[in-house]
Amino acid sequence: MISDYAWVIPALPALSAVLIMLFGKHMKGKGAEFGIAALGIAFLLSVFVAVEVFSANVQAVADLEEALHSEEGGGGEEGETEGALRPGQSVFDGVMVATTGLDGLRLAAEGEAIEIPEGISSFVNDDSVSLGTLGEGFELEAGQRVDGLAAMMFLLVTFVSLMVHIYSVGYMAGEPRYTYYFNLLSLFTMSMLLMVIANNMLQLLVGWELVGVCSFLLIGFYWEGRSNQSAAQKAFLTTKFGDIGLMVGVVSLWAQFGTFNIAQIIDDATHGLQAGGQTLDNGWLTFGLISLFIGAIGKSAQFPLQTWLPDAMAGPTPVSALIHAATMVTAGIFLVARIYPVYQQSQAALNVIAIIGVITLFAMGFLALVQDDIKRVLAYSTVSQLGYMVAALAFSYTAGIFHLFTHGFFKALLFLASGSVIHAVHSNNMEDMGGLRKYMPATFWTWIIGTLALAAVFPLAGFWSKDEVLAGAFTNGGYTGTVVWILGGLGGFITAFYMARATTMTFFGDFRGHSGHSTDGSVGTPHESPRSMKWPLIILAVPATLIGLINLPFERFHPTGFSAWTMFSLEYFEGHPAEFVVPLAIGSTLAALLGLALGYLMYRRYREPARDPFNNMGLATTVLQRKYFLDDLYSGVIMHTIRDRISPAIYWMNDNVIDRFVYLAGSSTRALGGGLYRVVDQKGIDGFVNGAGSGASWTGGLIKFAQSGNVQFYAGAMFIGVFVFAVLFAAAA
Amino acid sequence: MFWSDWAITLTLFTPLLGALAIALIPKRSEHAALPVALVVSVLGFLLSLGILAGYDFGASGLQYEVNIPWIEAVGANYHIGIDGISLPLFVLSYLLTFLCSVYAYHHIEEPGNPKAFLALMLLLQTGMAGTFIAFDLILFFVFWELVLVPMYFMIGVWGGPRREYAAVKFFLYTLFGSVFMLVAFLALRFTAGTFDMIELTQMGQAGALGLTFQRLAFLGVFLGFAIKVPMWPFHTWLPDAHTEAPTIGSVLLAGILLKMGTYGFVRIAIPILPDAAMDYAPIIAILSVIAIIYGALCCMAQTDLKRLIAFSSVGHMGFVMLGIATLTPVGINAAIFGMIAHGVITGMLFFVVGSLKERYHTRDMATIGGGVLQTMPKMAAIFTFVSIASLGLPGLAGFPGEFAALLSAFRPAPGLADDGFLTLYRVLMVLAAFGTVLTAGYFLYMLQRVNMGSAPKRWLNAGLADVSVIEWGTWLPLLAMTLLLGVLPFLVWNITTPDVTTLLSYFTG
Repeated sequence: MISDYAWVIPALPALSAVLIMLFGKHMKGKGAEFGIAALGIAFLLSVFVAVEVFSANVQAVADLEEALHSEEGGGGEEGETEGALRPGQSVFDGVMVATTGLDGLRLAAEGEAIEIPEGISSFVNDDSVSLGTLGEGFELEAGQRVDGLAAMMFLLVTFVSLMVHIYSVGYMAGEPRYTYYFNLLSLFTMSMLLMVIANNMLQLLVGWELVGVCSFLLIGFYWEGRSNQSAAQKAFLTTKFGDIGLMVGVVSLWAQFGTFNIAQIIDDATHGLQAGGQTLDNGWLTFGLISLFIGAIGKSAQFPLQTWLPDAMAGPTPVSALIHAATMVTAGIFLVARIYPVYQQSQAALNVIAIIGVITLFAMGFLALVQDDIKRVLAYSTVSQLGYMVAALAFSYTAGIFHLFTHGFFKALLFLASGSVIHAVHSNNMEDMGGLRKYMPATFWTWIIGTLALAAVFPLAGFWSKDEVLAGAFTNGGYTGTVVWILGGLGGFITAFYMARATTMTFFGDFRGHSGHSTDGSVGTPHESPRSMKWPLIILAVPATLIGLINLPFERFHPTGFSAWTMFSLEYFEGHPAEFVVPLAIGSTLAALLGLALGYLMYRRYREPARDPFNNMGLATTVLQRKYFLDDLYSGVIMHTIRDRISPAIYWMNDNVIDRFVYLAGSSTRALGGGLYRVVDQKGIDGFVNGAGSGASWTGGLIKFAQSGNVQFYAGAMFIGVFVFAVLFAAAA
Repeated sequence: MFWSDWAITLTLFTPLLGALAIALIPKRSEHAALPVALVVSVLGFLLSLGILAGYDFGASGLQYEVNIPWIEAVGANYHIGIDGISLPLFVLSYLLTFLCSVYAYHHIEEPGNPKAFLALMLLLQTGMAGTFIAFDLILFFVFWELVLVPMYFMIGVWGGPRREYAAVKFFLYTLFGSVFMLVAFLALRFTAGTFDMIELTQMGQAGALGLTFQRLAFLGVFLGFAIKVPMWPFHTWLPDAHTEAPTIGSVLLAGILLKMGTYGFVRIAIPILPDAAMDYAPIIAILSVIAIIYGALCCMAQTDLKRLIAFSSVGHMGFVMLGIATLTPVGINAAIFGMIAHGVITGMLFFVVGSLKERYHTRDMATIGGGVLQTMPKMAAIFTFVSIASLGLPGLAGFPGEFAALLSAFRPAPGLADDGFLTLYRVLMVLAAFGTVLTAGYFLYMLQRVNMGSAPKRWLNAGLADVSVIEWGTWLPLLAMTLLLGVLPFLVWNITTPDVTTLLSYFTG
């Protein structure tokens, strides 16, 4: 089985990282060739693995149907003439409900549980090498868990990383730290894949932290600038704050289940068990799961820890595409999906997820309206789209990861396209752009594809995945789901609107490239980017257009489509969270088109920021421009207080209270000890202290050697100690 | 068997003999001390590797054991041996001394005088190593005190501007603690009738020592060890000593000396006085977590680079003590790993900071003014790497000990949980996890001020030389260990686990 070698996928970028470090500077391509070759092979391998996993999963569904139709199937007893399914009926008739537990598939329409026959299961290749056991279930494993979710992530990560590598050859050309840059790209990809492949929570945590540090180093890639330094620090510390939750969550699950192994945790939790065969304590489980999710809030830039992501745009643009759009920031979604059946044991945890997701998806889109930096527009849209994914997970595993998958492609495309623009005009500021469609047709058209996909226009990738999220919430989510559906729909309108605004300001109208924001002051006529940048855009435009078709929301596609490919397991196979509701789909498409049209019309004649309507809304503008004041709270209040107020105060106390006390104790002992020494010495010592005396006088000899002038003091100090202790021991005896 | 009888003794006294040999070198050819010290420390390191190679990793209990009468008048024996808890620290001390003797070729602080300096360093080595292999309380105490003298002179003679104050403070503070420790040792002798640590452990675990006695004796040894660690609030000698000490002094102080305190807890306080340990554990845990948060906050307030690293030790040793205070095998393993990791990483940090100071002639971060990435890219890269290791990045050596300590705090010894301290420990665990964020905060803040940004003009043409060959030679082993231990923590844990498990059987039932 090719999936036995899935561990090679993270090993390849690890190898290229080492090669780049050792030989990069001396190579013709300055190390880029190592990264591109490694990612090329890794992507191919990912395709093979995905084919194996996905086809096995499709086969498993087919086997299940067959077994349930046949006489012997479905665990039916002899003499029974019918299988669990009537002739012509499919397991996909009716809506699959995710919360089936181990009862097996449940046909919501009929309310019947279906038992899954032995020998039929979804594809999992779970294997590990033990690195040692510390006792009490503290086992360190290096392992791989290859299933539908992992295979999907492999495809996404290796493909986008490969595109970003190729693109960077052009984008970063002439950069003095070129080799270092590619080294970090490889290191990041390795870490991300290490997390994706993990079969245990500890390895996942390791990968999770490693991507964080790569992100830190890449955001701070241009470390000369103060704002870049701050952005890097902010990203690391904010996500690290969330990681308290992750760490507590991992430890809490370990304490509850006695293992880090994901398969075992899922198995126990879904059977209602915990370590030692005890009944599952649901309150404790909820605590662990919410703690884990706090980690996801930090990493996936969810409210209220989203503030770092827009600042992270300080890094090179290809990095923003790879790390801060397509892959790393989806780690939180991946985390929840990775142990999804466990999350399903706690409705409370799922509710928290829904609430955080919906706040994020709705509130953060507005912030994109007042941005003039093209990357920041995309950054806020990323935050908001991550909110969609998180909210989706509250109702459906498939919807969440499907949106993760499609978003990865079209958002990487958008970022790389924005990079192409930035490369041409030497500025991030949309003030310096305008009219670029004439100069950069390839960039323009690929950007348009990305925009339409993001705005969820039929039939591009984003349409299908966002529809799945909204329809799933609407159908399955009850009251909360309805809220998600309404706010998600409105959010779609906002998304379309700000993307139209950005598109119009960047590509339509006249070129405004001489307004003075550009870094080198003088910009000639902008021109299309080099081939190494153009081709990744064109290639990424293909999945951005078509990838949604792998999960068409019609029942006949369920057993062979994305939801089957990436199912968690047959027990948790969702088929499809919701039927395709034509009016809903039409409604959201109309909202998107309306947003696009309105955005275009309003910004068609855009000239200067002062006349931007969103900059003239009084209080509302202030609130948006200050990002709901969260940055002021974190940087201005919390960080400032800790770093510039509390720390100096503590340190002052250290020197003036604790150390002062030590000093006073020392000098008073000196005074007291001098007197006591003479008394004790002259009066002789009783038998007990005699023993102590021999040791003490030996030590005293040393001290004399050390600093003979103060011998009285040392001896005095010692005899004080001896005296007090002797009294205490005498009292005890 | 010659080797198994003599291995430790040979290894132990090789540096001492080396120190004597160096003392005999005439003053006019004092630079001959460098190669002599190097040869001696290499020999010592090789011998310690020989011990490692001959060690039976599966077994628990003492190996290479020697037990012969020493001072019969007081019943003290020359009882030495090595087990899984001693071995990693023992070898680490030889490794660090070896690396320091290499580094001495690169730089010895004013007033130079390599002869005296290296003789003291080797004397220190014997003291440090002896502490980890002594199984007689008096022998332990002798080695413990032996360490004070060379370190006192290292700080007092080769130190910075406030060297005398720092040296006296270091000496007196530690001595203050060891007096109480000595009294507790004597009390043990009079109560239990022996100085032998193995016998005392057996008696302690068999319940032969009364609770009141245990509590008092624990208090005595606690003071001795807690000051050495140092635990909050007994830590104020440390920043001064570290800041003023010469580079090699700082490396050995952070790398090995502090571990003598935590080792004392693991070796003496907990096994011999287990009931008292159970009583005091929650208090120790609270002090540890205070140290973590407090240390991090103090770091954030520093403007002096070396003082910052010194304060970071307070926090890191807090994690070690937190692991110890859980009284679980995972916690103690975490602690031992933390000691090794801290020795490697913080030793390395002091090397780098020392080298920065040597080039910039200042420890003040504002005077350095940033931009080391520009002036000395390799130095800055190493500094970043080690800082990131120190803040506990998984995959590097700082993480396993820290994480395992947190993990053990979530599930402390059954006895502690039964006494109703479970919630306390879990709250402490979350606070300690918060401490990791503060730790990341001050390290990044430090890197921002030192490494990043554009270098001030005065440094651009100051001829700052990047990492020298000798420095590479000194540092590469430590850098490699930082990575290796992070990826394969069981290189240490496989050594420690059997003995830790035996040692803690009293608490785990």
